[in-house]
Amino acid sequence: MQFKSQAVAKPYFIAAIGLFLGQILFGLIMGLQYVIGDFLFPAIPFNVARMVHTNLLIVWLLFGFMGAAYYLIPEEAERELHSPKLAIAMFWVFLVAGALTIVGYLAVPYATLAQMTGNDLLETMGREFLEQPLPTKVGIVIVALAMLYNLSMTILRGRKTSINLVMIIGLWGLALFFLFSFYNPANLVKDKYFWWWVVHMWVEGVWELILGSMLAFVLIKVTGVDREIIEKWLYVIIAMALISGIIGTGHHYFWIGAPAYWQWWGSVFSALEPVPFFMMTVFAFNMVNRRRRIHPNKAAVLWALGTGVMAFLGAGVWGFLHTLAPVNFFTHGTQITAAHGHMAFYGAYAMVVMTMISYAMPMLRGRPANSERSQVVEMWAFWLMTVSMVFITLFLTAAGILQVWLQRVSSTPMPFMAAQDQVALFYWMREVAGVFFLIGLLLYIASFFIKGKLPAHTSDTLATGKQRAVAEA
Amino acid sequence: MAAISSPLAVPTARRELPGDLAMWCFILAELAVFGIFFITYAFARSANVAMFDESQQHLNRTFGLVNTFILITSSYFVVRAVESIRHDRGQACARWLGAAIACGALFLVLKVVEFVAKYEAGITMSTNTFYMFYLFLTFFHFMHVILGMVILGAIALKARAGGYSRASHAGAETGAAYWHMVDLVWIVLFPLIYVLH
Repeated sequence: MQFKSQAVAKPYFIAAIGLFLGQILFGLIMGLQYVIGDFLFPAIPFNVARMVHTNLLIVWLLFGFMGAAYYLIPEEAERELHSPKLAIAMFWVFLVAGALTIVGYLAVPYATLAQMTGNDLLETMGREFLEQPLPTKVGIVIVALAMLYNLSMTILRGRKTSINLVMIIGLWGLALFFLFSFYNPANLVKDKYFWWWVVHMWVEGVWELILGSMLAFVLIKVTGVDREIIEKWLYVIIAMALISGIIGTGHHYFWIGAPAYWQWWGSVFSALEPVPFFMMTVFAFNMVNRRRRIHPNKAAVLWALGTGVMAFLGAGVWGFLHTLAPVNFFTHGTQITAAHGHMAFYGAYAMVVMTMISYAMPMLRGRPANSERSQVVEMWAFWLMTVSMVFITLFLTAAGILQVWLQRVSSTPMPFMAAQDQVALFYWMREVAGVFFLIGLLLYIASFFIKGKLPAHTSDTLATGKQRAVAEA
Repeated sequence: MAAISSPLAVPTARRELPGDLAMWCFILAELAVFGIFFITYAFARSANVAMFDESQQHLNRTFGLVNTFILITSSYFVVRAVESIRHDRGQACARWLGAAIACGALFLVLKVVEFVAKYEAGITMSTNTFYMFYLFLTFFHFMHVILGMVILGAIALKARAGGYSRASHAGAETGAAYWHMVDLVWIVLFPLIYVLH
């Protein structure tokens, strides 16, 4: 850590991990409800568990992105954060708003919550992922604007780097596209159409900029490869992400009532969406292979490489699997989508946040890396979570293929619930994989508390003769 | 001996890639997008040849052909611009680029006239699959011409200000490569959409 104000990232990271744990617990609850329908009913109905599961995901990732931004932007800009106090104040606003929202979901029926929070003033609730009550949505905008002000001022007065530029454009985009959550036309086609401007433009648009710059930042730090090389990769990757991703929104417009040409555009452009993810994998491995130093934080390097691979598999391969209109005609809204969603969110976004936490948290705690023992536990956690997620994805894919067959292709198509009964075995296996994921996450949390002998404070340059100054450490 | 005087002579000793590798990655990606669209066009056409051929009759081939010559000419100007900077003539480079940008502008004007005519005839992307491809691909290419002009404009300004030299002009080559890509796409697009039936 080079600047005192980077310390504001710490509470953001801690909150992110805490909410991540909540997300996984609710995931397990609803996973069980897939096979034992009345588990915890009526205390936590399925729709509520699902809402909490997905909302916690979004909120903890946002905490992670914000923490990452507060950590990396001052370091890249080579100056203190414009206002650390504002960053801390916004942390508490966001945490309290988030907690109250979750309590609201769990304590009262959703319709009552809508009534209590003024949904009749401006109807924004009731849409997947955007279920938050109006005050929460307004709170998100305020927190985002305050953060953008804080970070933009830091960048404007400091060194301008590509990583900072890409990060801040990503964050501005995140805030701007969220504004579409306030637009809720009565026309169902228009509603869905612009709903994707939040959901798709986030995860397949501006979030990729945030992902790219976070990954590039950590790779510069842990490999010592020249900034110019890493930044060039970053530009090419984000250019590809935007070329494919923006019009790629069309892959959500196939069957919602939008014009038919979207079937062509959506298919072609989104078919290219794996390309930037593939480049990210090549990028990460390439940079690590060309490293000029052996960074003592091996866990962070592992997370960075893992992000590349899993983002490509989850977002790229599993996305491509059902992105072409003729295929999607059969698969849309099935467990295939759930399989893709799980691995993509974990591989791209959960993992990049953990990459950043893994790199930054030891620095925030005053050391270049955690002890050997702590890192071993963290790497165990990496493998447990990642392998569990691969299995969750495979089981859901199997469930999805069977579901498509039983429900949509066979000569005697089954109704939805009857088909669900037939795929129950895969849901059980998914639940078991989910338990292993939880164990991985608990180990991950435990790794923060494991002490031991700290590695050497300075990073060793590689013995390849390239005795570059370790200026970036 | 003839090769000495020609501005288009291929420098034999030169083996490295002109311009920035990142731009070549970008060009590859652009060509992939257009390429996939050309292939899907072929598949879509094979499913309904009669409709495609009938709709194609209503395109303005004269404008298309003129535009093809305009873009090829513009590419020639860009070649001259790069050649100029290789001989340390920044002002000449900027002038050649200006000529190329003017060609691009002329191309856009003709395209707009074409688009307006189609719009007035009540043709939209939802009219049929052929027009969907025609309007989308030509509009998508249209946007690339604009981007190309912006890139050439930036290079021209830098060249005029003396920002490039014989030894260091990778930026000019990078932009030139992009412009040639825009031209190349049109050279495939024009016969495919306007002519072949």
